[in-house]
Amino acid sequence: MTKKVTFDSEVSENLLVALKEAQAKFGYLSPALMIELARSLDVPVNEVYGVASFYSFLNIKPLGKNIIRICRSVPCYLRKNHAIIETVEREIGIKPGETSHDSRFSFELTNCIGLCDRAPAMLVNSDVHVDLTPSKILQILQSYK
Amino acid sequence: MPQTKIVLRNCGFIDPRRISTSLRRDGFKALEKARQMTPEEVIKEVKVSGLRGRGGAGFPCGIKWEGARNSPAEEKYVICNADEGEAGTFKDRYILENDPFTLIEGLSIAGYAVGARQGYIYLRYEYHDLLSLLEDAVNQARQLQLLAGFDVAIREGAGAYVCGEESALMESIEGRRGEPRYRPPFPTVAGLWQKPTIINNVETLMNIPPIILKGGHWFSDIGTERSKGTKVFSVSGDVARPGVYELVLGTPLRELVEDLALAPNVKMVQIGGATGRILPSGLMDTPLAFENVLGAGAVTVFDETRDVIDIVYRTMEFLADESCGKCTPCRQGTEVMVETLERFCRGKGSKKDIKALQDLSNTMMLTSLCGLGQAAPFAVLDTLEHFRDDYERRTLDN
Repeated sequence: MTKKVTFDSEVSENLLVALKEAQAKFGYLSPALMIELARSLDVPVNEVYGVASFYSFLNIKPLGKNIIRICRSVPCYLRKNHAIIETVEREIGIKPGETSHDSRFSFELTNCIGLCDRAPAMLVNSDVHVDLTPSKILQILQSYK
Repeated sequence: MPQTKIVLRNCGFIDPRRISTSLRRDGFKALEKARQMTPEEVIKEVKVSGLRGRGGAGFPCGIKWEGARNSPAEEKYVICNADEGEAGTFKDRYILENDPFTLIEGLSIAGYAVGARQGYIYLRYEYHDLLSLLEDAVNQARQLQLLAGFDVAIREGAGAYVCGEESALMESIEGRRGEPRYRPPFPTVAGLWQKPTIINNVETLMNIPPIILKGGHWFSDIGTERSKGTKVFSVSGDVARPGVYELVLGTPLRELVEDLALAPNVKMVQIGGATGRILPSGLMDTPLAFENVLGAGAVTVFDETRDVIDIVYRTMEFLADESCGKCTPCRQGTEVMVETLERFCRGKGSKKDIKALQDLSNTMMLTSLCGLGQAAPFAVLDTLEHFRDDYERRTLDN
């Protein structure tokens, strides 16, 4: 039986804004949520899915409480981002695309985040972490509950 | 050559959280002056300046504004493109972090010139940590009655490189997938919500207050024949001093890469990010200008240890990943290029592959719907021209 999702009466008519608000409220954009959003906005479900699946920061599968996004683009690659990726893999025990068993962290590789002069760099949620070295990773991760 | 700070003149000299520090350095004086001119006079000054867009396309700013001015409509919009997603580009982030006030002023002058009462700053979601700083800067300007009937709202992206393309950006603000539109009509005729709209890069708008205060002629005296003013470069990669540098347009690449950024040795430089051109070290005296190579000014330096094919493969991977999927030449073309380059990485390329890459490049440049697909082949074409041996060494029929 699918869980019923209900929205407050005020759902933004702007689909992207509505999806962001729904994600902030419910954690991620489940099929049930997207179906309900389609109904409230009177748009086809595939249109909702089309927008939800387009953007990197919209999550259509459950993610952990904290999302680590390590940049994989060329400038960070030139500054040894692989060492940071390997360190995070080791510290949390998951590979990119996975979520830790305790749901504390999800781990993704992302494209250029505009921190190239302080590479290698990553985002954890909206927090910027730059000038990374493997030795800095543990302390950074420990600061996220 | 030392830097010439026009765009960056306030960075490090004001507190980006306090508008009073900006006002002390002529903040909002240009907006005041602009409002005493007619909108047509403002546009004329920008045309005289020769200012071209700083986001990569280099379209003449004054002509764009004139187009919107001349489009009759009750509502018009001005948008600041802060989606800065091109690989290796971080100058707009630096500007937003250090001088949001001049940007707001530039956007307000744009609004006055074209007849728009509403401006938007489209901020990439990866810069979400800057949102409160920007909102606060707008609030301070509003509270001091500096905006006079013009309002600025911030709209955030949600993670999509292609939303830096102006029509995809508008689709995103409207709440849809960030897929570029067919043009015509162009934004100045039918843009955001089908109203006349101008979209300008952060850096472009930063140039507007100085141009209004000092005049278009002052600006057009700086730079080259077809590239006026300065450009803010984002330097990264194999250099001792990565960072943001502002130089007069026409400065040779070598001065930026070797004298300022201190690259110890150079094999090649990628100028303009993933959709940029690649110059071998032998062409380092090339002047940085629209006439030659520029883009949005991402300068990524590769030293002698770097593998050309590996870099081109990763560049193509980025573009294939970010392709919106709407048009076939880009959606399929970027994927085929990635597959082909991956074979070269493994030493299993062929002469047929090289011909296929060239043919595919021509098709993508001619028929892709937007700049992503049109410029995607540049890294491949430039390296085939300057580093042909690297490809041939990786072919089976060698």
